[in-house]
Amino acid sequence: MIYSCEISHLDDLFKEISSFEKLYLPVDENESLSSRYEVYSEGKKMSDRLNTVRSPKDFFFPQTENLMAFKTEGKKIDIIDVRQENEDFAVFGVRACDARAFKVLDNVFLKDVPDSYYADRRAHGTIISLACSRPVETCFCHTFDIDPTEPDGDVKSWKTEEKLYLEPVTEKGNKFIEKLLSVSDILKEEGTETPADVAKQKEQTKKIIKKLPLYSLSKEKFGAGKTEEYFNSPEWDKLSESCLGCGTCTFVCPTCQCYDIKDFKTNNGVIRYRCWDSCMYSDFTMMAAGQPRHHQKERFRQRFMHKLVYYPTDYDGLFSCVGCGRCLQKCPIHMNIAKVMKTLTPVSDGGDK
Amino acid sequence: MMAERPENLIPTIGVIKDIRVDTPDIKTFTVVTRDGKKPFDHKPGQCAMLSIPGVGEAMFSITSSPTVTDRMEFSVKKCGRLTDILHQTEIGQEITIRGPYGRPFPVDTDFKGKDLLFISGGVGLAPIHSVIDYCLNNRENYGKIAIVYGSRSKNDLLDIDEINNVWAKAENTDVYLTIDRAQEGWNGHVGFVPNYVTELGFDTSMTAVLCGPPIMIKFTLQGLYSQGFKPEQIYTTLEMRMKCGIGKCGRCNVGSKYVCKDGPVFRFDELSQLPDEY
Repeated sequence: MIYSCEISHLDDLFKEISSFEKLYLPVDENESLSSRYEVYSEGKKMSDRLNTVRSPKDFFFPQTENLMAFKTEGKKIDIIDVRQENEDFAVFGVRACDARAFKVLDNVFLKDVPDSYYADRRAHGTIISLACSRPVETCFCHTFDIDPTEPDGDVKSWKTEEKLYLEPVTEKGNKFIEKLLSVSDILKEEGTETPADVAKQKEQTKKIIKKLPLYSLSKEKFGAGKTEEYFNSPEWDKLSESCLGCGTCTFVCPTCQCYDIKDFKTNNGVIRYRCWDSCMYSDFTMMAAGQPRHHQKERFRQRFMHKLVYYPTDYDGLFSCVGCGRCLQKCPIHMNIAKVMKTLTPVSDGGDK
Repeated sequence: MMAERPENLIPTIGVIKDIRVDTPDIKTFTVVTRDGKKPFDHKPGQCAMLSIPGVGEAMFSITSSPTVTDRMEFSVKKCGRLTDILHQTEIGQEITIRGPYGRPFPVDTDFKGKDLLFISGGVGLAPIHSVIDYCLNNRENYGKIAIVYGSRSKNDLLDIDEINNVWAKAENTDVYLTIDRAQEGWNGHVGFVPNYVTELGFDTSMTAVLCGPPIMIKFTLQGLYSQGFKPEQIYTTLEMRMKCGIGKCGRCNVGSKYVCKDGPVFRFDELSQLPDEY
């Protein structure tokens, strides 16, 4: 079932949502030059920009979070579980690229040995994705088979001139809509057919995609098992030459999930926390016994090989890039995964490994 | 407390029950739970995360064999921030411990019925100590056992008492010790491990396990290969920086493998499929 609300009532809809759970909304900042997520409160307007500077991964895998605490006294140590039950929350306006990124993160954090911190937030957070109508020149989600007019998420949404349409697709999404319907005066049943204005918007968006500068970028030469073809490529030298190792690409990336665990001492104990880390940093792999990746080239190569080859090898061919374009916008030396993908050519004989 | 949400990153308390000084920079710590039991079961070659809150947490190989059921032992070389502090601790100190992590040596499958050749240098004995003990404790499952162990000097040989009194006296087991340079009071072999292994000329049907400094591994491997050993019959255990131990934090990622969960034990034919970044 598709539900709808008039655009003129959008603010009321957000008010209704925030009456039963915390709502995060992308809002403009810097005079509309960029957008970021904020907790909705009355009067906040949803940004029409495509991507927030920082991706919505923050809500599920925050930049820093406390894992546990310790009290130490003499030789004795006590472990304190500081985990708290999360409350339900909703993240609105997640674009198709970012929505797909959760599939990438879920593979890491939920499979095998689940991460309880991430899992609990995933259980409580509803992702309401928003279809794109105006992809920009840094967009290349289609390279990774993502359709920006049909995003993943618990609830999909489309915003046209007249209306906002909501379609729940997961169990969590259905529960969310139920909760919303129980408080809403403005949400209407629209039917099961794609509304005409949505169909028209989809068609237009698809036309724009075909004109994007990265439209022809292909992932086909990369993927599972291609380590030999690319690891010793002579092109890594040139590609990585100017990399500053600043880690900006990692921090804005919706799929980068490497982390560090550290302790800090407080007045009466120790808190162990984790924070985002980057394989682009020299101390990422530094050990007392040595350093397996001595040069920036090796760290640079690790990041891209992981996204384009290693991750697909581990997870059924799924790439860990979603083409959101953040690294294209933010890298201070204008290096990015699209350039890497265009430049690399497979070494047919595997090189001199 | 949220016991209904198990979390691998949250450790348990371990108590240092005993500290043995092995060499000038290696100590062996005996760890038990608060109620005096072994912290958890493990298999030979597996590791555990030890930490002193406020200092740090790191991965260590479990030195004691799974057949030791009342405690766990860790031989630790003093070489960084956490190990420096660990070396300063006294008996009774509590630490945190979690595990076991990683893929163990295939002691109950591929090793069964084989002649085993263990080659080790320096603190590299720590991870294979548990395998050797396990095999000697289940002696009937394995053929001949040969152990080549070397260190910088006689003072740097780890577990020398157990080596001389237990391993060297075990049935159908040969122990070959060597030190890098001649030293007063040492009547044994002098020379580097790789050369000694070549000199000894082991039967190429043996299954070999290597652990030691990278330079030892490199030259020992060359020697074994030139004598006719195949990558499929040589095992080693890798060391990479680790934070989570469960294949998520990304640090020990080499190619599509994570040393913490897919290793640390690898066969050399498996390693040849991975990028040379370990």
